[in-house]
Amino acid sequence: MVLRLGEAGLADFEQTLRSQIGRSPQFFAKAPVVLDLKDSQGLAAAADFAELKRLLRGLDLVPIGVQNANPAQREAAAEAGLGSFNGAAAQRRAAPTQPAPRPAAGATRSMLVTEPVRSGTQIYARGGDLIVLKSVSPGAEIIADGHIHVYGALRGRAIAGATGDGAARIFVKRLEAELVSIAGRYLVSDQIAAEHLGRPAQIMLDDEHMVVLGN
Amino acid sequence: MAHVIVVTSGKGGVGKTTTSAAVAAGLAMKGKKTVVIDFDVGLRNLDLVMGCERRVVFDFINVINGDANLNQALIRDKRLDQLYVFPTSQTRDKDALKRNGVEKVLDELKQSFDYIVCDSPAGIEHGALTALYFADSAIVVTNPEVSSVRDSDRIIGILAAKSRRAERGEAPVNVHLLLTRYSAERVAKGEMLTVEDVQEILSIPLLGIIPESESVLRASNTGTPVIFDDQSPAGRAYSDAVARFLGETREMRFVKPERRSLFRTLFGRA
Ligand SMILES: Nc1ncnc2c1ncn2[C@@H]1O[C@H](COP(=O)(O)OP(=O)(O)O)[C@@H](O)[C@H]1O
Ligand SMILES: [Mg+2]
Repeated sequence: MVLRLGEAGLADFEQTLRSQIGRSPQFFAKAPVVLDLKDSQGLAAAADFAELKRLLRGLDLVPIGVQNANPAQREAAAEAGLGSFNGAAAQRRAAPTQPAPRPAAGATRSMLVTEPVRSGTQIYARGGDLIVLKSVSPGAEIIADGHIHVYGALRGRAIAGATGDGAARIFVKRLEAELVSIAGRYLVSDQIAAEHLGRPAQIMLDDEHMVVLGN
Repeated sequence: MAHVIVVTSGKGGVGKTTTSAAVAAGLAMKGKKTVVIDFDVGLRNLDLVMGCERRVVFDFINVINGDANLNQALIRDKRLDQLYVFPTSQTRDKDALKRNGVEKVLDELKQSFDYIVCDSPAGIEHGALTALYFADSAIVVTNPEVSSVRDSDRIIGILAAKSRRAERGEAPVNVHLLLTRYSAERVAKGEMLTVEDVQEILSIPLLGIIPESESVLRASNTGTPVIFDDQSPAGRAYSDAVARFLGETREMRFVKPERRSLFRTLFGRA
């Protein structure tokens, strides 16, 4: 879900959010959240985003990224481990005419991780693809601006196209993810069809819908 | 050069102190001069499990602070002359574990010991981080249940990122999995994770499987590390694990439920 952060500041945001959650806790439980920064262009410190992340996690929400961020905010959000997405409208407009530039094929644009990604760790392949040769544990988070490949089991969260590239895909040898997200769209594990669980899969956006393909 | 082993887990109550005591005693039985240090400041369980609680005068924190020297604080085990216990303070808190102070004490211990076993507190905060920081090897104690496995995974990540070896870019900490409180019956019933499940997730080498066993409680109540009890499955499993740690090959035991003969079942003997 998209939550808009107003001008009023974090304390206010938290209070409003708490009362909303209080009214419909089921709806909010573990919901992935994209923060819309349209009305809070002043927020630009990585510490602020880290604080926001803590706040959302504390409320049992799952922060995944920001949208409508200015360049300084994108940077700060990335530092705090939050991807930046284009707003849905902007993405619709941009997608057919100008596909996002693909990272060049050169090895320097991809990040290779040869060790298992353990719970509590986060890896961000900025500006390119991420290739993980081992498994990604529950509670770990891998993020790439381009594609994500996991040659072990994906048990944590994978966020591809983190800066809004809707053409990014996620390839896994074994899908057991807590969450997969491409360009701001996401599926939590409950939404992944049982037939794909524990099996090789490819996840992509088709007309803005998350699609899981077995192979 | 002395070798520093941290016994760690993330989660509490999984068997770190039991393991620290058993492994330290096991190494001493193999003729290695070994000291086991209690890093769980404020709880002080190790001296009870080692049966030396009534001989504690000075502790680890006293030595770190320079209020006592090593000879005054180390307690020599009454059963094994190669084994020493370094108790901790019950009145202080974990912030008293200053990294520089710990380093100085470890450097001094390295002069005269083969193995230094560090019994870590639970958690991933200061106390646990200090206990693992100087490690050459780690024994990651894990129970066959989801939350314990998750915490172990976290600790393995921390060992790879935040230990001194990692910070200095040296060879990584040698990480071993020890599966404890393992009940083959409950695994068979699907109530606990299998060895394969745990190994699949953690993907580190398996040092041993310690079965859930009443003898552990008995051992800690009498202040005798369970490895001294060669009748107990847990004691024998710890002996195997220590042998493997030292490079011997031993077959894994206690993985499958014990086949009980009709005779034994009839007479109610496990
Ligand atoms: N293999 C085992 N079988 C039965 N009880 C065990 C076993 N290992 C540990 N215990 C019990 O579990 C409890 C916690 O063990 P302890 O070693 O103190 O864990 P930790 O140091 O990780 O907190 C103790 O009561 C101990 O006797
Ligand atoms: Mg303990």
